[in-house]
Amino acid sequence: MPVTTLAGRRKAIVWFLLLAASVLLLALGSDALAQFGVPRAPAPPPAPDGIAGWLLAKQAEFYRMLSGTIRAAKTDGSAVWLLMAISFAYGVFHAAGPGHGKAVISSYLVANEETWKRGIALSFASALLQALVAVAVVGIAAALLGATAGTMNRAVWWIEIVSYALIAAMGARLLWVKGRAFLREWGSMRAPRSVGAAATRARHHHAHDDHHHAHDHDHHHDHDHDDHSGHSHGPTPDQLAGPGGWKRGLTAIVAVGLRPCSGAILVLVFALAQGIFWAGVAATFVMGLGTAITVAIIATLTVTATAFAARLAATRTGYGSLALRGIEVAAAAVVLCFGIALLAGYMASERLLGA
Amino acid sequence: MLALFAVGKAQAHPHVWVTMKSELVYGADGSATGVRHAWTFDDMFSTFATQGLESKEKGKFTRDELAPLAQVNVESLKEFDYFTFARANGKKADLGAPADYWLEFTDGLLTLHFTLPFKAPVKAQTLDIEVYDGTYFVDFALAEKEPVSLVGAPQACKLAVARPGESGAAASKPGEAFFNNLTPGSNFGAQYSNKISVKCP
Repeated sequence: MPVTTLAGRRKAIVWFLLLAASVLLLALGSDALAQFGVPRAPAPPPAPDGIAGWLLAKQAEFYRMLSGTIRAAKTDGSAVWLLMAISFAYGVFHAAGPGHGKAVISSYLVANEETWKRGIALSFASALLQALVAVAVVGIAAALLGATAGTMNRAVWWIEIVSYALIAAMGARLLWVKGRAFLREWGSMRAPRSVGAAATRARHHHAHDDHHHAHDHDHHHDHDHDDHSGHSHGPTPDQLAGPGGWKRGLTAIVAVGLRPCSGAILVLVFALAQGIFWAGVAATFVMGLGTAITVAIIATLTVTATAFAARLAATRTGYGSLALRGIEVAAAAVVLCFGIALLAGYMASERLLGA
Repeated sequence: MLALFAVGKAQAHPHVWVTMKSELVYGADGSATGVRHAWTFDDMFSTFATQGLESKEKGKFTRDELAPLAQVNVESLKEFDYFTFARANGKKADLGAPADYWLEFTDGLLTLHFTLPFKAPVKAQTLDIEVYDGTYFVDFALAEKEPVSLVGAPQACKLAVARPGESGAAASKPGEAFFNNLTPGSNFGAQYSNKISVKCP
């Protein structure tokens, strides 16, 4: 390495480890333990004090206000506005608390080197879908068919299985693509030093110039398969990021948004019983809006942190870029782990629903 | 109905609120034989659980009409050890499956009544009972008035009750319960725990 000293390189690596850690923490949210906990053992709830405790208390507070407000809305039209306000607040706080949705979206964004704009679009689209599914489940099962809570639970259970399988599949696919890219890059790093040093530098300059335009191009991703030819040529971020258009984003939206929030379902059923189903529907969509805003903020933070890492990678040669690939692989692994953990957790509780 | 607990595993804020009243039942020989719970669920969950159930009178449910639901309920609760954890003189005391259980529906709220028998009657100087959900999907709160009572207990026995966050007389010594029960996740939920403690000389 002509310019970078050993000390400089070490510093860069430390930087990246710190960044990787913070990105993953952001992505995982506060509930990694709960998510990956052994299904049977009760997961430790967050401490009642501190930020997590405050969030819990807040969302519980708003949630508890919902039923009274729905009841009030039955006779007093103006209470509907209060219901909307509470629903919105509940959505905001609910998404800030533990939940796999934002973790999966954030990890997905990191793994795919997505833009913050796309992150926001994904957040809103998945929240909208989530609200739609809740309304559809309660609207069709309860309002039209008069189904019992047990039937609705089973319907939701199947939706969840599909959702989690999709998350796992998405993670597996990302891990495959990103893992190969990482290995290729690692392979090229180990290429003969005399040639490697200069080549690496040049390549990365080229690579990150490309990167800024990466999201304007579609379909680049597919070229990945044809990339067997040169292990001396590392993949460009362009190839790695490959937005893949709406098609691939759609998988993320569906995987995350398919699963309805149980809070929304309870609200809808309650509103239905009060004879003002429409108020429940409105509340559900407003909740979704609140959720989307929080998830979008978290997604933006995650993408910003990754973009910062990418800039560092552009200025520091070699290991920086490799570390970035490493972060992507880790993020892809997180998505896969979430999918598997969620699937495992829910498969285990099948007998509960069978009763 | 408590099948919804399954949904709750990935959620860490309460979706079900329970207001509980409990009785400790004693046998003729002065040993505790069981814990009798009456758990009243919040209005939204009560509505959800009774959604689509058939009843003769609309909006009202008899004990018989609710019997199948009560059964699902109690069977589901087994998975969670009925959220009830007992210790006699600091050692874990096992509770069996409830033999009698039923649901009542009053003013739009469901109340689940059930009695958990001790596997072996407990005669102890200190009997501690805690009620909590470690996953915090269900929020348990002791009823405002007379949340706990002793039924047929020896006169000398003293009852103490502590709500979550309180370190009342019923709270065990710091560390003691924790180290006695150091299995994964076992006692973390204790901060949301409702503690019932009976001391008999």
